[in-house]
Amino acid sequence: MSEHILSSKLYWTIWAVLICLTGITAWVSTVDLGPLNTVVALLIASGKALLVVLIFMHVKYTSEKLTRVVIISALFWLLILLGLSLTDYFIRRPGLAGGA
Amino acid sequence: MATAVSIAAEREHYLNKEYGIRSWLLTTDHKRIALLYLASITFFFFIGGFFALLIRLELLTPAGDLVQADTYNKLFTMHGVIMVFFFLIPAVPAVLGNFLVPLMIGARDLAFPKINLLSWYCYIAGGILVLHAMLTGGLDTGWTFYTPFSTAFSNTAVVEAGLGVFINGFSSILTGLNFIVTIHRMRAPGLTWSRLPLFLWSHYATSVIMLLGTPVIAITLVLVVLERAFHLGIFDPTRGGDPLLFQHLFWFYSHPAVYIMILPSMGVVSEIVTCFSRKRVFGYYFVAMASIGIAVIGFFVWAHHMFVAGMSLYAALIFSILSYLVAVPSAIKVFNWTATLYKGSVSFSTPMLYAFGFIGLFTMGGLTGLFLAALGIDVHVTDTYFVVAHFHYIMVGGTVMGYLGGMHYWWPKISGRLYPESWGRLAALIVFLGFNLTFFPQFILGYLGMPRRYWQYPPEFQVLNVLSTAGSTILAVGYLLPMVYFLWSMRYGKLADDNPWNAAGLEWKTTSPPPTFNFEETPVVTWEAYNYNELPALEEVRVER
Ligand SMILES: [Cu+2]
Repeated sequence: MSEHILSSKLYWTIWAVLICLTGITAWVSTVDLGPLNTVVALLIASGKALLVVLIFMHVKYTSEKLTRVVIISALFWLLILLGLSLTDYFIRRPGLAGGA
Repeated sequence: MATAVSIAAEREHYLNKEYGIRSWLLTTDHKRIALLYLASITFFFFIGGFFALLIRLELLTPAGDLVQADTYNKLFTMHGVIMVFFFLIPAVPAVLGNFLVPLMIGARDLAFPKINLLSWYCYIAGGILVLHAMLTGGLDTGWTFYTPFSTAFSNTAVVEAGLGVFINGFSSILTGLNFIVTIHRMRAPGLTWSRLPLFLWSHYATSVIMLLGTPVIAITLVLVVLERAFHLGIFDPTRGGDPLLFQHLFWFYSHPAVYIMILPSMGVVSEIVTCFSRKRVFGYYFVAMASIGIAVIGFFVWAHHMFVAGMSLYAALIFSILSYLVAVPSAIKVFNWTATLYKGSVSFSTPMLYAFGFIGLFTMGGLTGLFLAALGIDVHVTDTYFVVAHFHYIMVGGTVMGYLGGMHYWWPKISGRLYPESWGRLAALIVFLGFNLTFFPQFILGYLGMPRRYWQYPPEFQVLNVLSTAGSTILAVGYLLPMVYFLWSMRYGKLADDNPWNAAGLEWKTTSPPPTFNFEETPVVTWEAYNYNELPALEEVRVER
C-alpha cells in the first residue's frame, strides 16, 4: 500500500468549496425554479459527494483494485435502491394500489 | 492424561497469555474480541428471551391479564429490537466469524485488529443506549420503527433507541469491512478462492451485505430521529413527507439483514455436514456461488413486506416475482447438503444434530416464505401469526440452530475443552422439540386469522396459544443447558486435542486453544477444501468420552 500524501492546502480548498456549495444549495432553495429546484439540489449534492469520495477518501489517487470494486458496487447498490423504489413511485396510482 | 494436563497448562495460548480486565478490554486479538462478543450477545440473548417469555405468558389466556396493551407493545418491540440488532445479526459473524476467519485462512489476525475492537465498542455503546431507552420510557414502535407512528405519535424513547441502533450499525459495517479485506489480502499461500472453506464464502457474502446495506438503515434511522426531534417533513404526510419512503428504505436493509443472519449459519452447516458425513461437499462451486447469489438477489426483493401498504400494484408484481427468485440459491444449498449426506458415513454428534435441525427448519421457513411472496396469499396472512411463525423458523430455527451447532463444533478449539457429548445431544433434542412446539401452532393461528402484536385474542385461539407457550418454556430449558455445560466444561471438561473431529480446515491444524498469533509458522495449502477422502474416519480418532 503506497501512501499518497496530499497537501493540507488542498484539503482546506476542498473544504471551502464544499461550504460554498452548501451555501448555494441553501440560496437556490429560496429561488423558485419549479421542478428544477430538486434537480439543482441533487446535482449540487452529487458534486459534493464526488469531491468527498475522490479527494477526502483518496479514491482519485488509488490504484487498489479492491477500492475500485467497492466504489463501483456501492454505486450499483445505490442504483438498485433508487431504481426499484421508482418502480413504485412512477406507477403508483390510488385506484391501483396493491392490497387493501 | 496427567502429563497432558501439565503440558497443556504450561503451553502459552491466547487465553493464558495475559490476565486481567485490561488485557481483555484493550485486546486486539480477534479470538479475544470474539469472546467479548460472545459474552455480550449472550447477555442480550437472555434479555430478549426474557421479553419473549413474558409475551408468551401474556398470550397464555385470551384476556389481557398479565400486562396491558401499552406494556405489551413495549414487550414485543424490545424483544424484536434486541434479538434482531443485538443478537441475530452479530451472533455468528461477530463470534464465530471473528474467531475463525483468520484461523481458516492461515492468518495471524484480521486485517484491521484495532477496527475490530472498535466494532465491539460500537456494539456496546449502541447496546447501552438501547438498554437505557428501555428502562426510561421503553419503545413501542415495533422493531420496524414504522412512520408516521414513530416520528409523530409514539410517546416512548424513539430518539434514543434509534440512535442506539444507528451506532450499533457501525459495528456491523466495521466487521464486514474487516472480513472483506482479510479474505482478499491475507489468505495463506496456496489457499486460492476455489479452495476456500464455504464458511468463508458465506462470510464474504454476508460482509458485502453488511457493508452495502447497513449504511441505508443507519441513515434512515437518523432521518426518523431528525423528523421526530426537528419536525422535518420526510416521512410524515402532514408535512409533505411520504411514509412509504420509510418502508422502502427500511426494508432495503432489513430484508437483506435476514441474509446477514442466515448466510453465516449456512456456512457453519456446510462445515458440519461435510465433517460428520466424511465427504467433500456436493457441488462446492454451486454452494459458494449460491452465497454470493443470495447476497445480490437479496437486495431485489425488499418490497414484499409492503404488498398491502398501498404501493403500486405493478411494483408489487415485480417484487413478488423477484422474491421467488431468491429462493433458488437457498434451495441449491439445501439440496447440496442433502446430496453430501448421500453415501457418507454419517455420525450423529451434537453439531450434526443442530445442522439437521437447521436444514429441516430452514426449509420450512423458506417454503412458507414463498407463500408470503405470492401476492394473493400475502394479502390474506399479512400481519398475522403466519408471518411470525415464518420468520422465527428462519431466524430461530435457522440462525440460532446454526449458531449453536457452530458453538459446539468449534468449542474444543475455542476453549481447549470438550463439552459433555450426551448432554449436548439431549439439549439439541430439547431445542428442536421446544422450537417446533412453540412456533408450529403459530402457522395455524395465523392462517386462521390471529393478528400479530395484540395482547388479547378470541377464546377459540387459546388451545394453540397454550401449546405455543408450553413450547417456549421447553425451548428456554434447551437454551439454558448449553450455557451451563459450556461454563462447566471450561473447568471440568476433558482436554481437547488439536483436532477432536479429525476435521479438514486450517483452524484444526493449530493447537487448541490456538496461540495468540494462531500459527507457529504460516501454513501452505496444497489441498482442496473438505478433502475428507484423504482423512481417516471419525471413529478411528474419536477421543474417549
Ligand atoms: Cu423480506
